[in-house]
Amino acid sequence: MTQATLTGPGRAAAGPAPEIDPDDIVAVPLRHPWRWILAVFLLIGFVCLGISLWQNQNIDHPTITEFIFNPRILSGVVLTIMLTVVAMLVSSVLGVLLAVMRLSNNPVMNTLAWLYVWAFRGTPLLIQIVFWGYLGLLYSQISMGIPFTDFTIFSVDTNTLIPALTAGLLALTLNQAAYSAEIVRSGMLSVDEGQYEAAYSVGMSPVFTLFKVVLPQAMRVIIPPMGNETISMLKNTSLLSVIAVLELYTVATQISSQNLRQVELLLVVSCWYLFLTSVLSIPQYYLERYYGRGKARSLPPTPFQRLRAALRRTPINTHRTDSQDAS
Amino acid sequence: MTGPGPGTSVATSRATTASLASGPDALGVAVEPLLSALKVRKSYGGVEVLKGISLAVNPGQVMCLLGPSGSGKSTFLRCINHLERIDGGRISVGGELVGYAQRKDRIFEMNPREVARQRRGIGMVFQRFNLFPHMTALENITAAPIGVRRISKQKAKDRGLELLDRVGLASLAQSYPAQLSGGQQQRVAIARALAMDPQLLLFDEPTSALDPELVGDVLDVMRTLAADGMTMVVVTHEIGFARGAADVVVFMDGGVVVESGPPAEVLDNPQSPRTRAFLDSVM
Repeated sequence: MTQATLTGPGRAAAGPAPEIDPDDIVAVPLRHPWRWILAVFLLIGFVCLGISLWQNQNIDHPTITEFIFNPRILSGVVLTIMLTVVAMLVSSVLGVLLAVMRLSNNPVMNTLAWLYVWAFRGTPLLIQIVFWGYLGLLYSQISMGIPFTDFTIFSVDTNTLIPALTAGLLALTLNQAAYSAEIVRSGMLSVDEGQYEAAYSVGMSPVFTLFKVVLPQAMRVIIPPMGNETISMLKNTSLLSVIAVLELYTVATQISSQNLRQVELLLVVSCWYLFLTSVLSIPQYYLERYYGRGKARSLPPTPFQRLRAALRRTPINTHRTDSQDAS
Repeated sequence: MTGPGPGTSVATSRATTASLASGPDALGVAVEPLLSALKVRKSYGGVEVLKGISLAVNPGQVMCLLGPSGSGKSTFLRCINHLERIDGGRISVGGELVGYAQRKDRIFEMNPREVARQRRGIGMVFQRFNLFPHMTALENITAAPIGVRRISKQKAKDRGLELLDRVGLASLAQSYPAQLSGGQQQRVAIARALAMDPQLLLFDEPTSALDPELVGDVLDVMRTLAADGMTMVVVTHEIGFARGAADVVVFMDGGVVVESGPPAEVLDNPQSPRTRAFLDSVM
C-alpha cells in the first residue's frame, strides 16, 4: 500500500511491486498549489500598486531623488540617530536602576520606582515633550542652594540650561526609562530563584549576584522587547518636531512648507525611517545570539555563516555532512 | 520552648541528638562541634515546619538527614546557610551564629554583606544543580573565587581545573551546563562549592533529579570528599550512601528529629515505628 507511493532511489522498477530500501524514504513531497495561486495573486496586486504610485501625476519623482540625500535631510538623519542612541543608552541605565529599586525590599526605593513608572508611563509622550520644552514657563530660573536660606551655589535661566534639544532628549529618555524599567523587571523575574540561591551559597553579595548572575541571564528576555523599544524610539523622535528640534521629520516639514511637496518629502522621510529600522535589527540579532549562549546546546549559524556555507555548497548540518562523506 | 510536638513522644533517646556528635571524642577531649543547632524553629504562614531541631556535627563528620518529603529536612539544611531565616533557636557554624550577631545580651540581624561573608565558609549543592547557565563549567567554578575572594584569575583557573579533575570532568571545562548531563552538572556544582574552600558542605538531595545510572558518579565524588575529611550534611534518599559514608544518620518526620545515631543502629535496628515504616518503604 504505502510502498506504492514511495519511489526507490535509482532502483530499476522490475515487476509490479518494486522492492524499496526500507532505510531510505524518498517520497514525492506534498504539493501546495494554493500557496502558489495566492502568491501570484498578491504579486500581481503589489505590481499594480507600484505602477499606480509610479505613474501618479501628483507625485513628483524628481523631488524625491533631489531630497533623499539633501544635506539638510542628512543632518536630520544624523540627529535622529544621535537622539535614538543617546536616549536608549541613558534610559536603559535608568531602567535597570528603576527595576532594581522596584524589586528591592527597601520600601522607600520600591515606592519611588513605582511612582516614577506610574507618572511617566501614565502621561502621553507628546505632553511630556511639550512640558520639558516649555519648562521655562513654569520655572524661569533653575538654581541650586541650601533650602530655606538665601545661599545659592548657582542660578541659571531655564531656557539657557535646557535648550530645545536637551529638553527633547530629556523627555524621550525619562519616558523610555519607565518602559525599559518594566522590561528589565520582567527579565529579572524570569531568572530562576535557584540562581539567586546558588549565587548566595557561594558567598556572592546581592549586588554582585545582580550583575554577574541575574542580569546576564535576564538579557536574553530583555533584548527582543528592547529592540522593539529602540525602533519605537527612532520613530518617536519625530514627535520632537513640536518643540522644533531639527531631526529628520522637522527638517522634512520645514522643506515641504517651502516647496509645498508634502507627499514627496514624507516619502523621503519614510524611506529613511524604514532603512534605519532595518539596520537596527542587525545588532539586535547579534545581541540575542550573544546572550543566548549557554541556553541552547549549540548556537545556530549566523546569516553570514549560512551564506558562506551555501556558497561553498557544504551543508550546515554536520550530520548530513557525515552521511554525505560516507556515501 | 515548644511544648511536646506530635513527634516528641515517639523520639527515642538512644542517643540524645546533641550529645551524640558533640560529646567527648575517643580521647576524652571535648570536641567543639562545627555545626550546632539548638531548638531551631521555622514556620511558613502559620505552619510550623521545624519544631525545635537540635543537632550537632563535629569537624570531619558526615551527617545524613533522612525522612519523608515534608519532614523539614531540606528547610533545616537551608536554614544552616541562612537561605531561610529561622524563627527560633540558634544555629552556629564554626562557633559563629548564622545570620545574626550577638553583642552582649542582644541579637542583631546581619546585613546582606555580612551574611554573604559567612556563607563563603558554607558550601551548598542543590537538588536541581543551579549552575549558572551563561557560564562555562570552569567559569561557574571560578566566578565566586575571582569576584568574591578576589584571587587572581590565573590562580582561580588553575584551582578550578584541578577541582574539575577531582570530580572527573577536566575535559569539559569549556562546556556550558546545557551541554552536560545531569550527573556532570551536579559534579560541576560540587566543584563550584569546593572552590570557596568551605569548612562545611551542605547537600540538598543531590541525586534526586538524576537518572539512576548517573547517581553513582555523584555519590562516588561525595564518598571521596567524606573520606578526605570534609564535614558534610547530606539530605538524601540514598540509604546505601548513608550506610556507607555517614557517621550519623538522623531521621526526621513532621519537623522533629525522630531518631538519630550511627547508621548501623538507625538503619538496621530502628527503634521508632515511624523510622521503620519509612525505611521499609524506601528499601
